[in-house]
Amino acid sequence: MATDLGTAERTITGLDALDLADRTATPRGARVWAAAWPKVLALGLAVGLWQVVVWSGWRPEYILPAPATVAAALVDLVRTGGFWSSVVNTAGRALSGYSIAIAIGLVLGVAVARIRVLRAAIGSMITALQTMPSIAWFPLAIVLFQLSEQAILFVVVLGAAPSIANGVIAGVDYVPPLLLRAGRNIGARGWRLYRYVIGPASLPHIVSGLKQGWAFCWRSLMAGELLVIIPGRPAVGTSLEQHRGLSEYPEMMADMIVILVIGLLVDAVFGAADRAVRTRWGITENR
Amino acid sequence: MTTARTAVTLSGVSKVYGRGPAAVHALDSVSLDIAPGEFVCLVGASGCGKSTLLSLVAGLDTQDSGSVAIVDGARPALMFQEPALFPWLTVAGNVTLPLRLRGVPRPRRAERVAELLRSVHLEEFARRRPHQLSGGMRQRVALARTLALDTPVLLMDEPFGALDAMTRDILHDEIERIWQERGLTVLFVTHNVREAARLGDRIILLSSRPGRVVWERRVDVPRPRRIDSPEIAEVAAEVTDRLRREVGRHGH
Repeated sequence: MATDLGTAERTITGLDALDLADRTATPRGARVWAAAWPKVLALGLAVGLWQVVVWSGWRPEYILPAPATVAAALVDLVRTGGFWSSVVNTAGRALSGYSIAIAIGLVLGVAVARIRVLRAAIGSMITALQTMPSIAWFPLAIVLFQLSEQAILFVVVLGAAPSIANGVIAGVDYVPPLLLRAGRNIGARGWRLYRYVIGPASLPHIVSGLKQGWAFCWRSLMAGELLVIIPGRPAVGTSLEQHRGLSEYPEMMADMIVILVIGLLVDAVFGAADRAVRTRWGITENR
Repeated sequence: MTTARTAVTLSGVSKVYGRGPAAVHALDSVSLDIAPGEFVCLVGASGCGKSTLLSLVAGLDTQDSGSVAIVDGARPALMFQEPALFPWLTVAGNVTLPLRLRGVPRPRRAERVAELLRSVHLEEFARRRPHQLSGGMRQRVALARTLALDTPVLLMDEPFGALDAMTRDILHDEIERIWQERGLTVLFVTHNVREAARLGDRIILLSSRPGRVVWERRVDVPRPRRIDSPEIAEVAAEVTDRLRREVGRHGH
């Protein structure tokens, strides 16, 4: 009997080993290269296209500067103290607006997902809010708050919160029923079902809601900084508008690059979070 | 005291889905007594309410009439055809969760998880994630998670239906061993007649629409059994004949 048990155990471990045999990961270096080269290529193509347009003489060079001129302007720009104080101001606005949007979005999302009446009442309104271009809120914001930080904050929160709320709602809605059954069966009921099953199960949707919320937050903020210029408060968007006013086009385009890069960097953080969740869950194939 | 002699008692249990002419009688006054330590296999064609019956016994659904009683008021553990593991937790995390929810103190949990994983031969895989395992391994993790509930009654809803034949054979040996070691009472739903003959002390045939107990048979083949032995094949053939007759009733 003892040998019998030994054989059974060996069969099981043998079968397990066979089942897992072909699951090897690709080396890290190869993965980084595979992810990087298309982006480098795309960047090269975009800059090349820009240079070709400049060479074509479609617009005089003092209006549409060449990539090299803009690069030089960018280097000069980041050396000034004014530039960094505007980056700090803009980042501060983004951070406070986004934090408030997260708080509102999470509470609203959970409430709408849980309470049937609330869903019927404001579920579709959240989506409607999301389709409203944030720039269209500014006249109202300026009427309500004048040209102030609050006006910008108001629009940034209105832009970002609906996406985050929608992410939470989608997350709760798409929890597989089987996981709910399994959760209830192992004793997770009431709020503990939220804590241990529904919450973690909706994480992928919540992360993509946060990512989309960030995109809306950043766009609204830039629109706000172009329109709501507060004296003594330098900001990245404000600088863009001022350089246009002063016909400093290489500097204006350098500002655009700064805006693009900040947006991309934060987006990359969300991309990494999203990938981390997917890898843990085994949703992606290329680990 | 009649309840002491049975682990699970169903008396006159009925369940109807929908209303009016479209209503489906999933179960029609099903009565069933399962003795403590008994391994009962429930067989039937599709639509016979097998899964409904398990949901009722598990307390995930409520019957329209009749009663379901479990020994000592225990809450049975239910295992599904899919492993239904939580992808955000490791193997050990999945097995820990029921212990945590039951309020088992932290130092005891690790010990229990190790013991449970050992009993399904997965102690080396504690830190893996479910997606890194094969189907059969995942189902064994699900079994360990179910056993972590420490209930005397185990309900299984076609737990090996999605596995290949070889893995299934091995899991038959495993579930039989665990059932014997722990003295569990098992109610096992399957549409695989051979599987029922391989595992069950008793096979119960449910009819379709409405679901009723139409026939039952004891399986006295001594254990350990083999699914390809002539005795099991004989039992399986008899059950298949009864099942076909039952399905044939719906032909006209």
